[in-house]
Amino acid sequence: MEHDQDITLTVNGSMVSRRVAPRQHLVDFLRDDLGLTGSHAGCEHGVCGACTVRVNGDIVRGCLMLAVQANGCKVETIEGLSDSKEIAVLQKAFHEKNALQCGFCTPGMLMAAQDLVRAKKKVTREEIRTHISGNYCRCTGYQSIVDAIEEVVNG
Amino acid sequence: MKAPAFAYAKPASLAEAFELLQNPNAKILAGGQSLIPALNMRLSSPDLLVDITGIPGLTGISVQGSFIKVGALTTHAQLETSETIRKHVPLLAQAVPHVAHAAIRNRGTLGGSLALADPAAEYPAVALALEAVFEIKNKTSERRVDASKFFKGLFETDLQPGEMLTAVEFPIARPADKSVFLELARRHGDYAIIGLAAHNGRFAFLGAGDRPVLFSFGKNLEKAKEALKTGLKPPADLYNSSATKLHLAGVLLERAWNTIRT
Ligand SMILES: Cc1cc2nc3c(=O)[nH]c(=O)nc-3n(C[C@H](O)[C@H](O)[C@H](O)COP(=O)(O)OP(=O)(O)OC[C@H]3O[C@@H](n4cnc5c(N)ncnc54)[C@H](O)[C@@H]3O)c2cc1C
Ligand code: FES
Ligand code: FES
Repeated sequence: MEHDQDITLTVNGSMVSRRVAPRQHLVDFLRDDLGLTGSHAGCEHGVCGACTVRVNGDIVRGCLMLAVQANGCKVETIEGLSDSKEIAVLQKAFHEKNALQCGFCTPGMLMAAQDLVRAKKKVTREEIRTHISGNYCRCTGYQSIVDAIEEVVNG
Repeated sequence: MKAPAFAYAKPASLAEAFELLQNPNAKILAGGQSLIPALNMRLSSPDLLVDITGIPGLTGISVQGSFIKVGALTTHAQLETSETIRKHVPLLAQAVPHVAHAAIRNRGTLGGSLALADPAAEYPAVALALEAVFEIKNKTSERRVDASKFFKGLFETDLQPGEMLTAVEFPIARPADKSVFLELARRHGDYAIIGLAAHNGRFAFLGAGDRPVLFSFGKNLEKAKEALKTGLKPPADLYNSSATKLHLAGVLLERAWNTIRT
């Protein structure tokens, strides 16, 4: 307990101050301390992508960043992107194309996909697959996910 | 799994960092993309993590005479989008997209990857093929080490306790230089089954030994293939036997040859 540190960060636009143990990673902090359970904890060693969140505008693994490292940062989670409607078009496309089944991978998948949407340039299906290569889906077989992303990115 | 307990410090200067690193159970934290998984899996249990990302002067890519100097904290993503790297260190530019996935490239660093010295990682082989020079500092002094002397074994480097890798110098490619990076992996972004960083006559294989393995080849492909067959003994991994990897190394050699040696 002696090692605990005070951190202040912005989460989905709101300023948050908490005391955290250095060993707590960001996704556990978001889920357990802030109740933002949209970011999922799967493998907890960087392989599955379920924990993907945005820090200072870039997607990162929430399980490979400590909460203390997020001190002073701007963190955005799936709840933020969803509430602001930033990903409304992607969400609709995922729904329509059946790009989710159990939904475990979906928040991370949407986070990674939104990166491509924000880049505002046309992409091939191969490039979509490369970009989401760090996000595992155990249900869909990816085809429908690529369909949904392709529709939104390429119009 | 969850990491064991440790203390965390984020020094604002090199001097402060070196003071903290006097603790023999302290560990440097850079991008955390290899260290944090190791902590989460409890493969490592340091007392103190020294987060060096708040120290000024450890990031950035600059032209210095005939070298490009890259700060240790420069991220994979910064290398990937750097016009300077694309133009002057094309071999490195070709290798970066093979390192992990976008979200990991946003945080992982050049220095972290080289200090870790995973034998299947891309940068160690690139550094060896290009004869890069490593800038290493400790509390009182600074030294420079050639890539050929830096990698000592499996996850083992020339870095001593209390030392930090601060920058790497890559020679600027000359117009006549030819280089190519090739890699075979099961899924894009996974660690390589086998890979090859080739620069003129220098062929550095990754995933082929306990550290990057260098061959110098002349102009004869048949002789090169023979030398590879007798000289390379790649360790088997979970999916591929040593024989398979050796075969694949030969495939990469032939593919690279067309770019490099003709
Ligand atoms: C799912 C996954 C896939 C990956 N795939 C690949 C891949 O295909 N290829 C690849 O190369 N890497 C891969 N990586 C690893 C990634 O590239 C890391 O970014 C890199 O290996 C370590 O860099 P880091 O900055 O994150 O270092 P950290 O994790 O912070 O540190 C790694 C080690 O180096 C030490 N260290 C860090 N910086 C310094 C320094 N400046 N001086 C001295 N010691 C230092 C630390 O103490 C620690 O022991 C992958 C990682 C994950 C999670
Ligand atoms: S939980 Fe972070 S990558 Fe799997
Ligand atoms: S929808 Fe179940 S893991 Fe992707």
